Amino acid sequence: MVSEEYGFFIDPQRCIGCRSCVASCAECGTHRGHSMIHLDELDRLASTQTGPTVCMHCEDPICAMSCPADAIKRSEDGVVHASQKPRCIACQNCELSCPFGVPIVFSGLEQMLKCDLCYDRTSLGQRPMCATVCPSQALLFAPRHEVGAMRANRPLREFLIGSLLVKTRNAIMVPDPETPLHLNAGLLCAGDF
Amino acid sequence: MAHLPLTPDQLRAQFGPHLNLAPPGGWDAQTQPDKVVATHCCFCGQQCGIKLKVKDNAVIGFEPWEEFPFNQGKLCPKGVKRYLQGGHPDRLLHAMQRTDAGFVPMDWNQAMERTVTEIQRIQERFGKDAFALLSGVSLSNEKSYLSGKFARLGLGTRNLDYNGRLCMVSAGAGNKKAFGVDRAANSWADILGAEVIWVTGANVAECAPITTDYIWKARDRGAKLIVVDPRITPLGRTADLALPLKPGTDCALTNGILHLLDKWDLIDRDFVREHTSGFDETLAAARTCTPEWTSRITGLPAAAIEKAARLWGEAKTSFLMHARGIEHQSKGVENVNSCINMVLATGRIGRPDCGYATITGQGNGQGGREHGHKCDQLPGNRDIENPEHRKYICSVWGCTDAELPRKGLSAQEIMNAIHAGEIKGLLCLCFNPLVSLPDSSFTREALEKLEFLVSFDFFLSETAQHADIVFPAALHEEDEGTSTSAEGRVIRLRKAVEPPGEARPDWAIMVELARRLGRGRFFEHFTSPRAIFEELRVASKGGTADYAGITYEKIEANLGIFWPCPTEDHPGTPRLFEGGTFFHPDGRARFIPTPWRPPMETVDAEYPVWLTTGRVVFHYLSGTQTRRIGFLVEQCPHPYVEIHPRMAERCGIREGDAVEVATRRGAIVLPAKVVSTIRPDTVFIPYHWPGPLSANVLTARNLDPVSRIPEFKVSACRLTRTSADRFPPELLELRRMARMASSLQGSIPEQVL
Repeated sequence: MVSEEYGFFIDPQRCIGCRSCVASCAECGTHRGHSMIHLDELDRLASTQTGPTVCMHCEDPICAMSCPADAIKRSEDGVVHASQKPRCIACQNCELSCPFGVPIVFSGLEQMLKCDLCYDRTSLGQRPMCATVCPSQALLFAPRHEVGAMRANRPLREFLIGSLLVKTRNAIMVPDPETPLHLNAGLLCAGDF
Repeated sequence: MAHLPLTPDQLRAQFGPHLNLAPPGGWDAQTQPDKVVATHCCFCGQQCGIKLKVKDNAVIGFEPWEEFPFNQGKLCPKGVKRYLQGGHPDRLLHAMQRTDAGFVPMDWNQAMERTVTEIQRIQERFGKDAFALLSGVSLSNEKSYLSGKFARLGLGTRNLDYNGRLCMVSAGAGNKKAFGVDRAANSWADILGAEVIWVTGANVAECAPITTDYIWKARDRGAKLIVVDPRITPLGRTADLALPLKPGTDCALTNGILHLLDKWDLIDRDFVREHTSGFDETLAAARTCTPEWTSRITGLPAAAIEKAARLWGEAKTSFLMHARGIEHQSKGVENVNSCINMVLATGRIGRPDCGYATITGQGNGQGGREHGHKCDQLPGNRDIENPEHRKYICSVWGCTDAELPRKGLSAQEIMNAIHAGEIKGLLCLCFNPLVSLPDSSFTREALEKLEFLVSFDFFLSETAQHADIVFPAALHEEDEGTSTSAEGRVIRLRKAVEPPGEARPDWAIMVELARRLGRGRFFEHFTSPRAIFEELRVASKGGTADYAGITYEKIEANLGIFWPCPTEDHPGTPRLFEGGTFFHPDGRARFIPTPWRPPMETVDAEYPVWLTTGRVVFHYLSGTQTRRIGFLVEQCPHPYVEIHPRMAERCGIREGDAVEVATRRGAIVLPAKVVSTIRPDTVFIPYHWPGPLSANVLTARNLDPVSRIPEFKVSACRLTRTSADRFPPELLELRRMARMASSLQGSIPEQVL
């Protein structure tokens, strides 16, 4: 079990694009060379801004809902796990449905792998690999009640995907967390805006 | 003559760089380590703590070392993947000699004999100083100390210098002038409580990534961040005030700030009166530096200069950090002193939350520049021309004054002397001058003129490819020792594995060479790094960089000790200058006037664009190590030229186009990276690559008159769009390898490309 006390806080403002998270994800004992973190340059022409994407661990995970093989499980502590190998049919529904773009179907494995919050580490009280090494601590794993004192930005765990409200275990750090963040996920939900 | 024995392609096939993608045995090996060794990263001056996992004498991975106070587990991608060097197929395992058929293994004993014969032949014919030693500060303190002693007493040459000459040597000289000592004035802990943080000429996010978190922690408590850089770096992007000044105009800005601090009466006059000297002359030199004048020189708006002066002047606490951006200039030392002037004027030093530091770049850039590794220096940061200092070191070493050479040439000047035929032989270790010195065509010509070059290296670097004899050396994790981080914290490097094949630590090779040169009596007691450290402690005693009270055990028990630490019961000194006491005999700090002067090369009609060079987060220095690690090459396979869209449009250049960048030294063709995060009048090229990809084909051998640092950061160039078939084959090959490495991710057995 991962302690409910501990949260994962993502602050893109701090991200320096160094890809330590991507490098270290592959090094976590159970990940065996597979990195499940996306690190994107948002618009390099305009800015050095980069954005790390790790799984948000939804309360009601859309990837699991969309999985025809029932291969994606969420444990009681709120962690949404990688697909179960015998069940996963590599159909990519999860890849397509995730509003955050997290799951990756690895072609060599014919299996979807995604951030499992380094379950082998966090269930023993350690921090996930990426949040341990992150030089700027744009990825922070810390007791929820301490974050207010640690950071100027505030955690946000509610997102509107069109009109669908998605609540997550992990948080995005924003200057103003009072209202859920609209994720303009493209034309599919354009009518909602 | 030291021409390449084979074509570059043949050398590459045999010695790499190949890419190591996965740990020994592959990702699926699921190996449990035999042991976990807590040591430090081999890259960069932050010297992050890291634990290496070891199985069957191979490093198979890492664990974050969360207890180590500096980085608390944090690592940049170089640190994460550094373990892939260990079992690398490019490792040199035997002594080799160069023949017409390429490098062939040579019996160790014969390699030693040939080396000794050549050294003696050259020195007998041309004099002792005709054989030089170039070394580097990725070496431990022990090896750095030994390099200095070996050059002076083993070879008897005055011509020893080190690659710190390309690093923080301007900062060292400026600090000695101002403070009488060369060390970061504070541990990084003092960043956390600063109200204003001034970062100038330092791409912190890429070159000292862990420092980013210190700065953000201060900002979370309300600190304002000012970043001075011709580019909007990843940290600069978020700054409260970014000052993208014209390359080479740094001390015009700092003089302008000093002028405003005085005009607005934001000077700590009590501190200046009681703890410093030289203020009036320094202020007088800045008298004409009005915001309008400063704006004209730097290209910054006057309002931004005033805002910066306001933020800096009105703060109660502050931390100023600089790095190579201001130091790699023909007025590097003046730039450093102009920053120190700003700090001293506000009296914000030597107190909690008030600090100043250069961010040392190389692994042991701090410790390696303290103990006689430089052409003008003896251990303890003593002066080789000071009779008292010489006398003390002669007493420690058991030699006569006549046996101890005088001041020699600096690194670039050694290369110039080789080119001029004055120096005929060279021992080169931990230094890849063919990539890292400016004007690399000149460096190549010089290497080709050497009568004898001997290298110690773990991989065959581009410089070592010109060697007559190569001895296989040990990696960082294959030896014990200490290093000193950018903070001035002396830390323990632990041996995790034995060196492979016949590879041996550099110190052991040097000691054997000294013995065979008939100088064994000065070196034979060095049977371990610890034995060298014990002598270093004595030799540094009473110097400014005093390690006398530091022991291996004390470092381990305290997770590092800050020098000066004169006695064993002394706790070390994280913060210097407390109570306003500086290291000059009168206890006062010095203001140094820094009147502005232009860079040695400026833009003109023929070469109308400023060129600046630097690093990326994925590579370390000349790339000998990082260009062999799959993940790092995948992220940044080759250099490029950053061009502002406005400049690109003027030259008809689009993203990805082949661009010829030409200076008075030469020309290279690289892909354009069109970004608005650089001044429109300036282009940037990262420098980690050799041959036709080397930014240093373009840079000039213009040196600072005091520090002898080359002006890597300011050149004048010309841009021409050209055809893609002019991309060097080396670039296309790197691109291919990176793509291949990328496509293999996810299905990786043990793989080497």
